[in-house]
Formats: sequence, C-alpha cells, structure tokens
Amino acid sequence: MLWLTFLIIVAAAALAYVLNLRAARRLWAEGARLHSITTFHALYALFLAALPAFVFVVLWLALSGPVIGALVLSGLPDEVRAGATAAQENLLLSEIRSLARGQAFGEPEPWKAAAAARLTALEATEGWARLALVSLIAAAGLIYARTRVSASFRARQRVERIINGLMVFCSLVAIFTTIGIVASLFVESMRFFARVPFFEFLFGTNWEPQIPIREDQVAGAGAFGWLPVLLGTMVITVVALVVALPIGLFSAIYLNEFASPRLRAVAKPVLEILAGVPTVVYGFFAVLVVAPALRQAGQALGVDVSPNTALAAGGTMGIMLIPFISSFTDDALSAVPRSLRDGSLALGATRGETVAKVLFPAAIPGIVGGVLLAVSRAIGETMIVVMAAGLIARMTINPLDSVTTVTVQIVTLLIGDTAFDNPKTLAAFALGMMLFLVTLGVNIVALRVVRKYRELYD
Amino acid sequence: MNQQETGAGEIKISARDVQVHYGDNHALVDVSVDISDKMVTAFIGPSGCGKSTFLRCLNRMNDTIDGCRVEGDIRLDGEDIYAPEVDPVHLRARVGMVFQKPNPFPKSIYDNVAYGPRIHGLAKNRSELDEIVEKSLRRGAIWDEVKDRLDAPGTSLSGGQQQRLCIARAIATSPEVLLMDEPCSALDPIATAQIEELIDELRRQFCVIMVTHSMQQAARVSQRTAFFHLGQLVEYGETGQIFTNPSDPRTESYITGRIG
Repeated sequence: MLWLTFLIIVAAAALAYVLNLRAARRLWAEGARLHSITTFHALYALFLAALPAFVFVVLWLALSGPVIGALVLSGLPDEVRAGATAAQENLLLSEIRSLARGQAFGEPEPWKAAAAARLTALEATEGWARLALVSLIAAAGLIYARTRVSASFRARQRVERIINGLMVFCSLVAIFTTIGIVASLFVESMRFFARVPFFEFLFGTNWEPQIPIREDQVAGAGAFGWLPVLLGTMVITVVALVVALPIGLFSAIYLNEFASPRLRAVAKPVLEILAGVPTVVYGFFAVLVVAPALRQAGQALGVDVSPNTALAAGGTMGIMLIPFISSFTDDALSAVPRSLRDGSLALGATRGETVAKVLFPAAIPGIVGGVLLAVSRAIGETMIVVMAAGLIARMTINPLDSVTTVTVQIVTLLIGDTAFDNPKTLAAFALGMMLFLVTLGVNIVALRVVRKYRELYD
Repeated sequence: MNQQETGAGEIKISARDVQVHYGDNHALVDVSVDISDKMVTAFIGPSGCGKSTFLRCLNRMNDTIDGCRVEGDIRLDGEDIYAPEVDPVHLRARVGMVFQKPNPFPKSIYDNVAYGPRIHGLAKNRSELDEIVEKSLRRGAIWDEVKDRLDAPGTSLSGGQQQRLCIARAIATSPEVLLMDEPCSALDPIATAQIEELIDELRRQFCVIMVTHSMQQAARVSQRTAFFHLGQLVEYGETGQIFTNPSDPRTESYITGRIG
C-alpha cells in the first residue's frame, strides 16, 4: 500500500510537469512574452503536486501508528486493561501486532484474536484513507499550478524560493541531528552524574567500573575516575602522531616537490590505499604482527614489554593516520601559488630551501588543520585499540606498558550483561560525552589556527 | 653621460642560435642577440611570441619546467651559462628576476628582502644584513614607505609597493643582470610610472632586460629594443630606430598596430 502511495505522488508530479510544460509552450507559441521560461512553469507544477502530498504522507505515517494503537487498546475488554501500566500496554500491543501478522505462539485468547482482527481492519482503512487523501492533495496542487500558467506569472522566483527552502531544510536536518545526539548524550551523562559525583569522575585516578549489576554477582566496589583512561588515550594518540607526523609530512613534501611525475603517479594512489584499509584490518595487523614483533624485540634487548602495548596500538594507528596527514599536506603545498615557488627559485634558492622557507610556512594553515583533524581521529578511533590495547586502566605514560582508552572502555561497558539504570553502563555515556567535548575542543582549536594563519598569509 | 654610466655598451649577455622546445612545440627559433650592460633592453612582441621564454633562458628558469629543452649558446660575461659545471642556483643569484605579478613571500618586509642574502650567506652578522636590507629597499625606491614597518607582512602592501619590494628583493643578492617579465602589467598607471622611473635609475648599476606588452613603455624606458614574432627575433636595435624607422615590415606592422 505504501509503494502505491508514493507511486501516486510520482505520477502526479510527472503529470503536473508535463501539463504545465505544454500549457506554457502553447502560450509561448502563440507569441506571448513569458516572464519565466517554460521549464520553470513545469518545475513549479512538479513541486506543487509532489511536496505537499509528500509532507502529508510523512506526517500521516508518523501519527497513524499511535492512533491505531490507541484505538485497538480502547476496544479491549475492561478486565484486561484494568491496572495495566504503559509498558504493559505496549507489550500487549506488540503481541496483538505480531498476532495480526500471523505469528501466533500457541492458541491466542479470543479477545486477543478479536483485537488482532480489528487491527487488520483499521490498518486497511488507514491505507485506503491515506491513498485517497494523497491523491486529493496531489490533484489539488496539480490543478492549482495549472491555473497559474500565464505570461506574467513569475514561476522562476517561486521555484527558486522552493528550492531555497529545500536547501535550508537539508541543512537544518544536519544541525538538528547533531543537537539531538549531543542532547541524548547529555541526558544519559546527567543520569550517571546523579549516581557518581561529577568531580570524582573528572579528577579521580582510579577506574574500576566492573560493579555488580545484579544482587548475586561478585564484583568490585567500583571506582569511576576517568583520568587514567584519558591518559591512556593521550599516550596512544601521542605515539600515533609520532609515527604519522614525520612520515606523512615528508612523504607529502617528497611527492609534491621532488618526485618525478611518473613516481608520483604510482606512489600517491598507493599511499591513498592506506586510507581505504578498514580499521579492523589495522587491528589484526597490530595484534598479529606489531605486538609480537615488539615483544620479541623487547626480549632481545632485555626490556619488559607487555603483550598489548600502547606502542603497538598507537604505532598502528599512526600508520592509519599517514594518508590523512600526507593528503592534507599535499593539498596545502599544491595550493601555494606557483609564483612564490618561482620567486624563490629565481633568487637562487635551491628546491630544498624553497620548500623549507617559503612553501612550508605558506602551507602551515592547511597542514595544522590536517594534523588536528588527525588528532581528533586518533582520540576517537575505536577498532584498533579495542583489538590491540589493554583493558586495565593505569596511570602510566610508558608506551611499553598496557593502557586502555576512552573508546575501549565505552565498548567494554556496553557489551555483555548491561542494565541501563546502573552506573557501570551509564559511565559509557559520560565517557562518550567527555570524548565528544575533547574532540570538539581540538576541532575548535584547529579552525582557530587555520583562520588566524590564513589572515596573516593572504 | 655621467660617471656611473660608464661601461654602458659593453656586451653583458650574448646569445647564439638559441632554440627552445616545450615538448613538441618549437617555441624559440634561432635567436641570436648581444645585450649591453648598464642599459635597459626591452623585448616586445605579440602574446606567445617567445619573448618571456627567451627571458627565462637567461637565468635558466626554464629548467624548472618539465619537458622544456634549451639549445644554443648563451654567455654571461663570456661564460656559457648552460655549461655542465654551472650551478643554476649560483647563476640565479647573479641574474635576478622580477615577475609579472608581484609575488612577495608570506613573510615580513624585512624577511622578504633578507631572503636572498640569507640563503647565499652574504651577511656575516645581523647588522650587515640590516645594512643590505636598507640599501636594497632604498635602491628599490620603497625605503621611505616601509622603514617604520619592516615587520609588517609583505602582502599587506599595495600592488605597486609589492612590486617595488620584489625589485628590492631581487637587488639584495647584488645581481649583475635584472630580468623583468612585464613588471607593470598588474599595476595601475601611477604605480607603473613609479616603477618605470625606478627602472631608469636601476640601469646605472645593472643590465636591465624587460619584457613588455606596452610599446609606449618600451619607448619611454629602454635604450635597446628587440621585436619577437612567432618565436623568432625579427629586429633588434636602438629603441629610437625601431620605433621611428623599422627595417623589417613585420616590425612596422606591429608598431603601427596592424598585427599583435
């Protein structure tokens, strides 16, 4: 039934388009000077036929489900409904729904079967009513648009206004989705902070979130200080940058300034393949190759290396970040005008001096922006650290030790046995909130830096 | 003729049978010319005639273009500048260049001028460097306008000031030859007049070679003029001679506006 609804909208839009196009062309053929070219008259009809009907369908679909549910519930026998909570009513309703779809477990009670039959009938009525109303609305739009066709009608302005509105709508969707995500994080975090004091979380140096979520479980008393977790994230991020920064920067400089065109044509795509490797694969690489290699190297040198080190996880993450930094650097270097390069070379500077003293400073805004974006990627990266980093939170900055990260903790808190009114689970949202704030801060700094330098250099 | 102008007329650059290819395109054909010291030589001609290409041969800037091939013999003070033992980096310190569009580096005015002396190690200490910068800015006729804000970015100046800054920057490495590739084409008439006046000053110390689209400018500023057409050097001689009594019919057509 739903596809038929949309088919009607599409057909009405197409019909409206053709009708108006013909009408406008006839006017034009008769020698009238049209204000807008015929295409705009046709587009105007298309929007008028399709948009209101579409909006109507969306609203109808959003509202019809709850209305039908309420109708079915109100028709139930009084003794079933007496004393039922909202949650129980919901459960009952979904039971009736699956019954209506023919998924019955055992023999249903007669009143349930009756309710299911009523639900089916109501849904059929709803479908036909929707179809009728949509046809009516689309037809009204089509007819109205057809009557508007005239030489002086400003169809272009109308169409532009409608398209403008659509673009505003799309950007609002993006903005409100972001606000919604932040708001849900915030609400859940508040529930966490109602159970664990805010400052204990912010400044605590002990992270042992495995508290019992049922009476009979044996577990620790729990401690929710996020500092060791944050420190772990920072250690891994620093390790990742130590790997990614020099390699990314120098490979970009080499490819942009020194490599022959043929080498560049081969090397650049290969470098970009790194960006396409799924993070799970990097995780495998870290666990199966990097970590054992580090451990063996440690044994050979007589250094104690733990099995899942920050170095292995961070180093692998650094490899993941190389294409990020190198492509930003490459873009920034390519964006420096050729005239600056020529100016420097004409003064007798070598290519190296030109890169170091003219091109690189001029490209710094773009490079810094790329690096800071890489930092926020590293902070938020999950899969590699879930596979390669440890689970125990420690206050250590030794990269050969095992550390855990914010993202790893969120994952471990949310998998397995969870209850959403328990501090253990809610802590994940608080960590997510803090992670969001940290990356937001980094991104703001990145934008600031880029803007400040840009003012200086242009 | 005063004292500083002695040496005018000595041959500074001599080119013989210069050919330039960009890939398959034969951009410059059999150019032979002797350019005198302490004079302004103007290269004129329609767009794409090879005048800028020839200019860029003189400091080997064409080396930086992929697929560009230069043949023939170009001598600076009798030395072959395309000889294998010549380092283009050193050559470019002797043959300075000013571009069509002012291209100050995104650095302070001071650092712009100090750039060349620093990379060539011309100053032993900061005070010597200060001296070079001041002298160059004075010779670039821009000292008085910028002396109070040497730390300001070079890009904050106006177009004409930027171009004079670029000239000062080119002078700072004490070159012997100054190449100018349409130095006024991006400037307004007042700034153009200032630059032309400056070029007239500069010829006391340098061999100045400029490419220009404006025949009036060539007539006003230069002592020698070379007319290029379709990759060939058509006519070369005294500026007055070229503009009043050209010997080649193509030169005459160009000057009177029939081709170009």
